[in-house]
Amino acid sequence: MRGPAVVEKKDGGVSRQGYEGVVVTAPVTVAYERYSTNGAHWFAARALAGVLAESGLAKAALDGLCLSSFTLAPDTAVGLTQHLGLTLRWLDHIPMGGAAAVVSLRRALRAVQSGDASVVACVAADTNQVDTFRGTLGSFSRFSQDAVYPYGAGGPNASFAFLTAHYMRTYGARREDFGKLCVAQRANALTNPNALFKKPLSLQEYLDARPVAEPLHLFDCVMPCAGAEAFLVMRRERALDLGLPCTTVLATMERHNSFPDDPIQSRGGWVLDRDELFAQAGVGHADIDLLQTYDDYPVISLMQMEDLGFCAKGEGPQFVRSHEFTVTGDFPVNTSGGQLSVGQAGAAGGYLGLTEAVRQVTGAPAGAAVPQARIALVSGFGMINYDRGLCCGAAILAGPGA
Amino acid sequence: MSATLPPRPRSRAALGLTAAAARGSFELQVCRECGAVQYPPREACHRCLSVRLDWRPQTGAGDLIAETRLIHSHDDFFRERVPIRLGLVRLDCGPTAVVFVPSTIAAAPARVKVVPRLDKAGQGVLVAFAPEGPMTVSDPYLQEMSCEPRGRKVLVTDATTALGAALVAELVKAGAATVWAGHPRDPLAVTAKEVKPLQLDVTRDNSVRAAAALGAEVDIVINTAQALGEAQQEMETNYFGLLRLSQAFAPALRTGAVAWVNVLSVYALQGFPQLETFAASMAAAHSLSQGLRADLLERGVRVINVFPGIVAEAGAAGSLKAAKIAPGALARTIVKALQDGVEDVYPGDAAQEWFARWRENPKVLEREVSANWRRA
Repeated sequence: MRGPAVVEKKDGGVSRQGYEGVVVTAPVTVAYERYSTNGAHWFAARALAGVLAESGLAKAALDGLCLSSFTLAPDTAVGLTQHLGLTLRWLDHIPMGGAAAVVSLRRALRAVQSGDASVVACVAADTNQVDTFRGTLGSFSRFSQDAVYPYGAGGPNASFAFLTAHYMRTYGARREDFGKLCVAQRANALTNPNALFKKPLSLQEYLDARPVAEPLHLFDCVMPCAGAEAFLVMRRERALDLGLPCTTVLATMERHNSFPDDPIQSRGGWVLDRDELFAQAGVGHADIDLLQTYDDYPVISLMQMEDLGFCAKGEGPQFVRSHEFTVTGDFPVNTSGGQLSVGQAGAAGGYLGLTEAVRQVTGAPAGAAVPQARIALVSGFGMINYDRGLCCGAAILAGPGA
Repeated sequence: MSATLPPRPRSRAALGLTAAAARGSFELQVCRECGAVQYPPREACHRCLSVRLDWRPQTGAGDLIAETRLIHSHDDFFRERVPIRLGLVRLDCGPTAVVFVPSTIAAAPARVKVVPRLDKAGQGVLVAFAPEGPMTVSDPYLQEMSCEPRGRKVLVTDATTALGAALVAELVKAGAATVWAGHPRDPLAVTAKEVKPLQLDVTRDNSVRAAAALGAEVDIVINTAQALGEAQQEMETNYFGLLRLSQAFAPALRTGAVAWVNVLSVYALQGFPQLETFAASMAAAHSLSQGLRADLLERGVRVINVFPGIVAEAGAAGSLKAAKIAPGALARTIVKALQDGVEDVYPGDAAQEWFARWRENPKVLEREVSANWRRA
């Protein structure tokens, strides 16, 4: 059996501890809606009620909360404790967008492992009202307000258009390459009842879609929506007592503001940590049964495949051409449909891959199952603070069958 | 009525870019301790964490490394103006900047020169131009950053002075469609078909109110009316004249008006021997113009303040020892300021020097002047 390994640090420092004895369980999705009149608090409440129902735990048994939300203002996680009547001994708020799930998972695992908390709910909840997204963009970050938003107010579409244009020119990627991934994800979404996109997408439809910020067209861009995702972190014995399927975390990493001197982002922090990630997990790339990338735009999925070491830098386009990404393909990616076909429910967008991976490796996917799925790699990427995404994270998860 | 404007919120640090752009200068923060050049503006040096940051002029040379044609915008102002071409420029001095890219610029990758402009909301933004060659633009959203007089209707409040006459001629030369040439008393001899004489005495309420009917037509107001010599008259013309104009004309200005130019004096910043009362009236006018600027900014109208030294002209100014600027040169500077869309202009060597001294240390300048005051 594969097991977590203690990794000796190259610099002679303290070796990293594994996550023995702690598990992830009770993945929950609160149904997504394009727009909602409910607030983020409503979605957080539904998510918490969901994990309690799923686990059979009483509300009072929950003593830790790790929250992410873009639309909870003026509240933070603190306000939510009173709003939802939670008495906790461990509380965290992770404003890291697409990296929030992996980062929250890391925090929660250590909290439970150390005994600071016994059951931590990791929750990402966001609403989407008709003008919410615009409001989020205008005040997203100080650099964005000062040096990006006044230039056309294109939001992440414009930022990713730069990265995509540069990636295409530098590495020879074509629209068809991005299209192949988007089309496969749509096929994956069709069996997922939570996906907001219900119709198949052909490559021709992808190519013919209207331009949004060239070279990006409609189906390259994630659709903002309302919704929530959540899971629980607790000790293995507790989960087994509750009769819950257990997912083990073999290894994780996070990096922020990697490669600040690169003129434009063509790599992320995964490059710095992937060797240690796989070494700690005690698995190789060939052992990964499914990959969940952060996919608000397809270019960043290709970058993750490269930077996590599935192919070399610049070989993303060729990698896409030579693999199939559907649930039954040789390299299943974003098996629930990913954000591009399910929708991006704010910070829950960063959680989507994690809850899906937990479901797949425990044999309980929302849609179609990846055959013999045991080990999953979940990657997170978040926060275009100015010209690039700052937060990178990844986790390798193993189901009971691994 | 307020105009639809591009997004205005900026951090205080970011206003350093706007402040330099208002003078037509491209400046970035430079760390006084380690020399790092940085953008976007920060509170501390991103390399060494020093908080001693200075705004220093930059060449703007760099590489356009990526670009997009934005078709969908989240903001009302831009939604009316898409498609908009944007780029990422790696500046030779270090940082990467998001910039507007005129349609005349070659596709990325390309060498460019980044230049600051004030946008329609009066905030500093960056535009990439070809490294050599003219900085003209054909894209409507970029043209709006300029107050180009070509094809526009302009009012010059007093065309009877040497500056006024030179300015009318310069505006006609620059392609203004109509120039109303104000004359307080004596009739004005008209030489070009674009020029229309207009009886206007800024010291008289009735005269200003009558002329304000033009507000519905005028695109650019240039207040050249000035008095120099007698304190009461200086205040009546230089300060109350501007007050009358701003009260009567500003509300009457049509939607689509682009600029309001005040010819002030560099001695509005710090007085000069023999010019105390003139300087005081101009300091008052300068202060008033800042309020006018804030009001007109809401409507997308740029207030341009011109701070010359003494204009070489017959009369009282002739005997002054202060360095003088020729009316023709000043008129050309005003037209260029409109074309570049800057806010503050210090034309001529004398004004530049006075401004530099004042900017470096106003108190030192005060002492420098007072030491020479009696001898003057």
